Amino acid sequence: MSEKPKDKGPLPVVSWLKGAGTNDPYLEGQKCECGAIFLGERSNCSSCGARDQLTPTRLSNKGKLYVYSIVHRSFPGIEVPYISAIVDLEGGGTVKGNLINVEPDPANIEFDMPVDVVFDDALGRKDKDGNSYVSYFFQPAA
Amino acid sequence: MSDVYVMGIDMIKFGRFPDRTVPQLGATAALMALDDAGLTIQDMQALYCGNLGQASAMVGQRILQEIGQTGIGVVNCANACATGATAFREAWMSIKAGVNDVVLAVGVEQMGKGLLGGGGGGTGISKEGLLGSGTMPAVFAEAGMEHSRHYGTTFEQFAKVSVKNHHHSTLNPKAMYQIETPLETVMNAEMISYPNTKLMCSVNVDGAAAAVLVSEKKARELGMSRAVRVKASILTSDPYSDRDLVMPDVNAVTRRAAKEAYEMAGIGPDDISLVELHDCFATAEILHYENLGLCKDGDAGRMIDEGEVALGGRIPVNVSGGLLSKGHPLGATGIANIYEVSTHLRGEADKRQVAGARFGMTHVIGLGSACGIHILEKVA
Repeated sequence: MSEKPKDKGPLPVVSWLKGAGTNDPYLEGQKCECGAIFLGERSNCSSCGARDQLTPTRLSNKGKLYVYSIVHRSFPGIEVPYISAIVDLEGGGTVKGNLINVEPDPANIEFDMPVDVVFDDALGRKDKDGNSYVSYFFQPAA
Repeated sequence: MSDVYVMGIDMIKFGRFPDRTVPQLGATAALMALDDAGLTIQDMQALYCGNLGQASAMVGQRILQEIGQTGIGVVNCANACATGATAFREAWMSIKAGVNDVVLAVGVEQMGKGLLGGGGGGTGISKEGLLGSGTMPAVFAEAGMEHSRHYGTTFEQFAKVSVKNHHHSTLNPKAMYQIETPLETVMNAEMISYPNTKLMCSVNVDGAAAAVLVSEKKARELGMSRAVRVKASILTSDPYSDRDLVMPDVNAVTRRAAKEAYEMAGIGPDDISLVELHDCFATAEILHYENLGLCKDGDAGRMIDEGEVALGGRIPVNVSGGLLSKGHPLGATGIANIYEVSTHLRGEADKRQVAGARFGMTHVIGLGSACGIHILEKVA
């Protein structure tokens, strides 16, 4: 009998989603002294050029919708329609993701609408080793 | 430093040529440009070749294998949708530097059908439709929605860009399509990424364009009657802005390039007779009226409503049909735009001729990002 692959637990969809599989997942930015906030590990600031001055910072789970598009045609196998949203988080950081729990119709979507960052399984998607993933989503603020 | 002149320039009719190779398409355009200049490949001192899809496959040398292996230096370059403009600019710079007197620039691309973008990468599952969309229609829809957010720009105003450019292309036999698309047709076409319908997305086509650039000395020797002077050649990358790494900022990169281009040319937007700008999506064109200084910020919706950017208007934009209807073979686009403007400056644009054209501007954006702008001037 072949050995069952070891279950690594749900993995983070991006390296800057921390605490995947715990009850306290969050998004992490890398903040420079100049105020710029980046997503993902890096050494240097592309705003001011400072080297090795970035510190990890927990990003807010609250934000406002900056802009969006409603995607009706995507690559084969990707379920449509969905709302691709760009959200400015409270306290800094801009993140792109799916806006969920809203009918995908421009009449229902307003610029600057308050949203919460929520965490859930990555739409059932698994990698080739069968691992599941935790993703983040935006939804209208509670 | 010597002024630089376009002495020969041409493009193949854009279309789909699955039975031909990238070097064959590039070679065809190269020979057309050489004929237009009255020169041969033996006269060329260097070749600057732009192509994206085969960026590691020595396309420039393979073009020479089709038309004459003279042993000249070849530079192959790739810079997303600014690839052709980058090849042209490298050719320009070699003459500016006094290294060459007569060089060839070629842009060529063979495209598949379908959506571009949305790669993702990183960990082992697709991010498309999970972390928003990386497809180009969505990315440029979001860029357009930023304009809507600031100025209330409507779906209908974006759609009018497509109506205009498709109309223009009915006058351009080298465009992929010559088909009128009324407003309701554009707005009722399949929605790809709101607010971009299918008719508001540029057409993936095969294409090639080429130019012969010469020094002032060489231009005088050959005769100036059809020469076009390159008044400005600018290339920029995207400066840092807060959202840029999440939402590519096509505005700042263009504004910086436009400012530098006007300074280099010593003219302003009011002096420009026509513009070929990067309408990869209808939403994008609206942004660039303001980015290029054709109107003040917030006035782009009015520009399209009142027809100021249509042929016969105050500042015609994309009279070739633009990427939306002429087609967008990525690596060829930057030189094809220069062909269009040069054709007007030479007074040879037939039914779509912009009357009295003296200065023209070309603009391309490669997402990631690069912006190439050229300002060209009528000589004779």
